[in-house]
Amino acid sequence: MQVKNEDIIMQANKETPTVSLDRRHDVSKNPLCLSGKGVTREFHAGGTHTIAVNNVDFEFREGELVSIVGESGSGKTTLSKMLLGLLQPTSGDIYFRGKKRDISSGRKKKEYWKNIQAIFQDPFSSFNVFNKIDTVLLDCINMTGGKNLPADKKVELMTEACSFVNLKFAELTNKYPFELSGGQMQRLMIARIFLLKPKILLADEPTSMIDACSRATILDMLLNLRDEIGMTVIFITHDIGLAYYISDTVYIMEHGKFVEHGSADEVILTPKAPYTKRLISDVPKIHEPWDLSTVSGSAE
Amino acid sequence: MGKVMLEVRELTTKYVTRFREDVYAVDHVSLSIEEGKSLGIAGESGCGKSTLALSLMGYYFPPLHYMSGEIIVDGKNISGLDPDTVRKKVLGTDVAYIPQAAMNALNPTRKISAFIQDVILAHDPKANKKDIRDMAEKRFEELHLPKEALDKHAVELSGGMKQRVVIAVSTILSPKVLIADEPSSALDVTSQKVVIKMLRDMMDRGFIRSMIFITHELPLLYNVTDDIMVMYAGQIVERGSAKEMVFDPVHPYSRGLMRSILVPEDGTRNNKLIAIPGTPPNLKHPPEGCRFAERCKYAMPSCRYNSMPIIDFAPGRQYRCGHSVSHLREVYASEE
Amino acid sequence: MKNTVRQVFHSSKFVVGFVIFVAILLLIILYPLFFPGNPLEMIGVGTFAKPGTYVSLYDGINTETETLKLPGAADKRLDSVLKREDRIKMVAYLSAVGADIEGLDYMDTEALMELWRANYDETARPSGMTKAERNYYKRLNASLSSMGSSGQMTVTEHDSSGEEQVVATIGTEDYVNVSDVANTKNLVLGTDNFGRDVLKELVSAAGTSIVIGLIAGAVATAIGLLLGLLSGYLGGFVDDIIMFVTNIFTVIPGFVLLILISYSLGQDKRGAAIVALVIGLTSWTWTARSVRSQVISLRNRDHVNLSRLSGHSLWRILMTDILPYIASYVVMAFILQVSSGILAEAQLSLLGLGPKTTEVPTLGLMMNWAMLYSAHLNGSWWAYFPVILMITLISFSLNLMNTGLDQVFNPTLRD
Repeated sequence: MQVKNEDIIMQANKETPTVSLDRRHDVSKNPLCLSGKGVTREFHAGGTHTIAVNNVDFEFREGELVSIVGESGSGKTTLSKMLLGLLQPTSGDIYFRGKKRDISSGRKKKEYWKNIQAIFQDPFSSFNVFNKIDTVLLDCINMTGGKNLPADKKVELMTEACSFVNLKFAELTNKYPFELSGGQMQRLMIARIFLLKPKILLADEPTSMIDACSRATILDMLLNLRDEIGMTVIFITHDIGLAYYISDTVYIMEHGKFVEHGSADEVILTPKAPYTKRLISDVPKIHEPWDLSTVSGSAE
Repeated sequence: MGKVMLEVRELTTKYVTRFREDVYAVDHVSLSIEEGKSLGIAGESGCGKSTLALSLMGYYFPPLHYMSGEIIVDGKNISGLDPDTVRKKVLGTDVAYIPQAAMNALNPTRKISAFIQDVILAHDPKANKKDIRDMAEKRFEELHLPKEALDKHAVELSGGMKQRVVIAVSTILSPKVLIADEPSSALDVTSQKVVIKMLRDMMDRGFIRSMIFITHELPLLYNVTDDIMVMYAGQIVERGSAKEMVFDPVHPYSRGLMRSILVPEDGTRNNKLIAIPGTPPNLKHPPEGCRFAERCKYAMPSCRYNSMPIIDFAPGRQYRCGHSVSHLREVYASEE
Repeated sequence: MKNTVRQVFHSSKFVVGFVIFVAILLLIILYPLFFPGNPLEMIGVGTFAKPGTYVSLYDGINTETETLKLPGAADKRLDSVLKREDRIKMVAYLSAVGADIEGLDYMDTEALMELWRANYDETARPSGMTKAERNYYKRLNASLSSMGSSGQMTVTEHDSSGEEQVVATIGTEDYVNVSDVANTKNLVLGTDNFGRDVLKELVSAAGTSIVIGLIAGAVATAIGLLLGLLSGYLGGFVDDIIMFVTNIFTVIPGFVLLILISYSLGQDKRGAAIVALVIGLTSWTWTARSVRSQVISLRNRDHVNLSRLSGHSLWRILMTDILPYIASYVVMAFILQVSSGILAEAQLSLLGLGPKTTEVPTLGLMMNWAMLYSAHLNGSWWAYFPVILMITLISFSLNLMNTGLDQVFNPTLRD
């Protein structure tokens, strides 16, 4: 179906906002929200055996914004699936609020999933294209116990959620998500989280498919949401620059292992692990020179 | 001033969609590159930068159609030639093109050396295999690529190596212009750096005499090319040297783009980023006046109607805006 | 949705297939309304009556006649009476008496008769001709000359006392209007071996076969879809079991299974619906396999993961988040299943394992009957050729619709 950009007039203010993503919180005193000990995931397929996540430990505190930085193949997607409970670790334990997480049955999984939500990389595949936007948002209200609210109260809630991400609910009713741009869809995803108010949000590269101009807006909204709900945000990314701007804590992942973790400043400005050092030196920069001599021509 | 390697004058090309609608993805684009220089093209997805890259080859196949304008490579006009001539006489020697997924475009059943033979034989059907082999080995050696790779299949090489091999294969005839469309975006940062180093090396050795580099990653562009051009909705909105463009952009859109750069460097963390609301216009029905007016904070009513020409305002610098440069700079200064 | 339907009808392949299929459906629905009656009624006592209009001779005699002097009527009559053997014999005689038969076409009645009249001599005794042959030519000549002249024929009837009564005298120039004759029957496709109207039977059989195809397709698609959805989405142990069963069904050729089941059921139990069910039960495997692979590619899509995180039930995820995405594919699979169901019935029936023969005709059964009574050997093309054409048209139209849909739903096939 054809997308009509003209139909969606969602830029209310012409004010080009300037956004600062520097909103660190001191979370060291907060209680633990999600933690893991020796979490491992192996895959056996067609005779090959791979260890996607290899014996990792982590401690994410309540209200913390933690970035897990890794390149493709580092196992960050597998780890995020395990954190979400979509995949069981082969060995090791994950603790939710200090208690061992139990997702052994369908009912227990549903119980756990009330606390965690996700935003994925590709907004176009994050929505069921057969559901209208109203359905998507109504579903969130119903899930959080608002099933029996009067209709106008529901509309009020949805309008509030949309205005939080600078969308107008009245213009979205009866539309399908794919009629929006990628950035708008990702904002709708944030509106969804606003309604669901989970304890943990796992954001898996939510801006990697978004244009640079909209990226700041989305990140800004995500940070606002975190302050609004006070949730833990686990931000999965390959972009170490992005992680530096938004995170309280950074975990660097290589070949299924955490090679380094600590506050964003610590890890990125004074990296200790060789991998982190290399990663940071290889990322193109604009203030410091990007030293091409550090790589040898035949290096792999 | 060096010799002009590539000159493009008012190039316009269009896509025809499945619904038979015309999309002018490259709209009166003019640019020139001197020998030994590289030009970066930046812009959001859908701004026409990839279409421009395809159009510059002079090789058109549906749904892309050539409309008007000239592409002159080292004095030779390659626009309007029939596809067969372009394939035999232009591609490889005058212009080489590396698409984003180039490394996955190799036929997995053939060896790398077979692709080199293809490229050379397309231009010189009489070339003998021994010479081709020697030539390939020499070039691989000069580029610090292992000679053994020639006898391997594409699947046996790692991602970064594959991409470097693809670049070496497509530039074996030392093209005058290399058009690289996101050549390193699918790679990890270290492989990306190796690929960039190789491209730089090839420029220095004269294996490629000028380069157009397209990417959405601005910090990378800043480090790779001499000049940067920003495209928006099928048009060039600003051009300047890499340093000028990143640190002193004039056009409100390029400023927004440059001020969305995130780099892991000390002291940048509390930088104020600029977020531009809205979405680019639909190119099936582009707006009459300035194409950015709808999203521009500084737009005047007249911006929406007056067609906006591109203006030279300093040596090597061009912009497309209804405001004067000094006015824009004043406004920006007052906002800081 | 509306847009999709529009796109589908933009595909010329789909439209052609659809038009053919709808035309066949209309024929099936409308024909019995205009020509009611049991399609299996044996109206003919003989076998394989040729296609054409049948006029009751009995009624024709009692119908008022008109005298028409049509030129060439006698020749035509001769034409239809002179058999091929007679003509050949006539040519033999002519050559024996030394007539000029150079360039004579023995099928050209007029030329043949002219030569014959000029050269036949009852008293002549051409050398080498036996008496029996001479007598044959005498009889032939007598019947030929009576045909040519304007003779009369008397029709008599035995009355109640057994006396012969003259009912009518029919001259060679007497004609009756067909519409005045009380009983005529137009058998467009003649009759089959049991003397049944082939056209009526064919229309009814096409209907039954399509119903069989629909039932078989629905059963196969339902089973395949359910198993494919479950094994694709749940994966793991459930997947292993379902795929094990599917593999068993794949390894044993479906047709052999079909034959065995049909045979063991016995003729009496095999109604059309049972045969359809059996076909459906043995042909779901490839639907299951392909649905499974589609679901596997969808299973890890983000919207499915989000739906799981939202705590939706398995059933809801399958129905709202997965099924709509593969719906177009399932429709296409269903169309193919219908088509192959119809063919499977035809194959089974041809082997004599189709539905029992006393209830309804099916396309397969018609083929079976035509074959059993050697229609293909004795030249009764009308007993099997229209059936073949009907099967071909149905399956052609279904496959065409499927290809058209494929082009619309599968963008990689678009030009």
